[in-house]
Amino acid sequence: MAAISAPLLETVGLQRAFGGLQAVRSVNFRLDRGEIRAIIGPNGAGKTTLLNLICGRLRPTAGRVVYKGQNITARPAHDRVALGIVYTFQIVSVYRNLTVEENVGLAVRRLLMQGPLHHFAINPQAVAGRVHDALHRVGLAAAKDQLAGYLPYGHQRLLEVAMALASAPQLLALDEPTQGLAPDEIAGLVALIRDISKTATILLIEHNMQAVLDLSRRITVMDNGSIIAEGTPAEIEANADVQRVYLGG
Amino acid sequence: MSGAAGATPRAGRVFGLHLAVIALLLGLQFLLPPFHHGMVARIMILATYAIGYNLLLGYTGLMSLGHAMFFSAGMYATGLAVYYRGVGTVEGLVLGLAAAILLAVIIGLITLRTTGVAFLIVTMMFAQVFFLTTLYFNAITGGDQGLVLSGRVPPLRFGNWEVALTHPAVKYNLALAVLTVCLLLTLWVTRSPAGRVLIAIRENADRTRMLGYNVFNYKLLALVLSGAVSGLAGSVWTLLFSYVGSSYAGILYSIYPLLWTLLGGAGTVLGPLVGTGLMTYIVDLTSGLTDSYLLVVGAALILCIMWLPTGVMGGVRRRWWSWLP
Repeated sequence: MAAISAPLLETVGLQRAFGGLQAVRSVNFRLDRGEIRAIIGPNGAGKTTLLNLICGRLRPTAGRVVYKGQNITARPAHDRVALGIVYTFQIVSVYRNLTVEENVGLAVRRLLMQGPLHHFAINPQAVAGRVHDALHRVGLAAAKDQLAGYLPYGHQRLLEVAMALASAPQLLALDEPTQGLAPDEIAGLVALIRDISKTATILLIEHNMQAVLDLSRRITVMDNGSIIAEGTPAEIEANADVQRVYLGG
Repeated sequence: MSGAAGATPRAGRVFGLHLAVIALLLGLQFLLPPFHHGMVARIMILATYAIGYNLLLGYTGLMSLGHAMFFSAGMYATGLAVYYRGVGTVEGLVLGLAAAILLAVIIGLITLRTTGVAFLIVTMMFAQVFFLTTLYFNAITGGDQGLVLSGRVPPLRFGNWEVALTHPAVKYNLALAVLTVCLLLTLWVTRSPAGRVLIAIRENADRTRMLGYNVFNYKLLALVLSGAVSGLAGSVWTLLFSYVGSSYAGILYSIYPLLWTLLGGAGTVLGPLVGTGLMTYIVDLTSGLTDSYLLVVGAALILCIMWLPTGVMGGVRRRWWSWLP
């Protein structure tokens, strides 16, 4: 029986090399249920690689990923989504030629398609209801009939979040969600992420320090493939290693 | 290509259009002179083959250059069973379908590890293996001479009723029945939840995987459906035209459905039928005028790519009927 304090997610000695480059070197990372955790670090620190290893888009060269006490290292990415590990892309990756509604509909139907029969017939009202809920939460309900590719960039970001929401995430991994957004859009997204965190644990990579400080109580700092610091914002600011990495001091 | 809008008010219009096309073909047989009557019957079978091809190219985004193996697997399974074992028409059809499905499962498990150009080449190589196998065992298959089944294809029996497949009206209406079934099947599949996933894979496979779908399994489903429809077309061709030969397993018969589908509009339900009809008639008309009719066909294709890059029905969808599935 796992203790109450068991982490939602844990990586043990996780490594990933691309040829001779060690993108992630022996990372031991722990994430508790209900957290909003930000990973920061300079470009090339291995943040996105770590996220991809957790979500299963990449396989590690060594080490393991443990989720809810279960070793999921060998599980393919689509299986992990079913376990509640949902990922949003750093570079917006919506279905540009499909409608906003269908983009979210694909996420919703995956949850409802249980058994072979549902692959060929599914209750359209149930789908439409959930699609509407997700779009309503991100404020895109009015745009449901538009092609996703014609949405302004900020709205495509929100659509990504709606697709993630509709996938019933338990662990939501967001890769630079505020990238390319205007300041008022960032404020809206930060509020939305805080709202989502009531039902899901959030792990985000973020360069916008204001957003990081607004959201997270704990911050993980990566550099050169390793975790160099972890703690509260105040601890991170006072950390000499972090200052060296960021200020070159 | 926005093949998945799919709101219910459009359903009536969509089914209405497709039923109208089928009704048109049904009526046409009473007007056509004998030559064109036979030609349209052949077009309908070949269009069924293209419909199968389109399930993979148009709705899943996988371009195969080896579909002749599925088409001819249906042909050979049916043809050899009729020729050597004297099986009935229905049994022959079931055997042809089963052979194509079995082959599609095996080929899919191997080739679907690849995508893009690699998939194109691997499917072409397997189809060449199949083609050369039909030549190697020419003692059984008749090689490129083929086997003529005339007089061996048993009539269809409905109770005490017997229908000879050699009669032109029977050929026409059987071809139409098979086309209708496959057309409606495509329409149904592409509007179903699973079909929407196939379209999602075509649009963005990585995204689809990260939404939690097992992309490999869905591609396999698409390939098996595509192979089954192609094999069914081959099987029916053999029964109606009493011939099976290795020329149908050659590379040309892998290229044809690709051309027909692109000309008519990949990712549209009616595209393969339109493309097959157009191309067959272009070849027929131009070969009557000049020996270098392939030049005219080539020019027609270039014009099509310049003016209608999404094919005839794709162009219709873009300009007028955005609801076209």
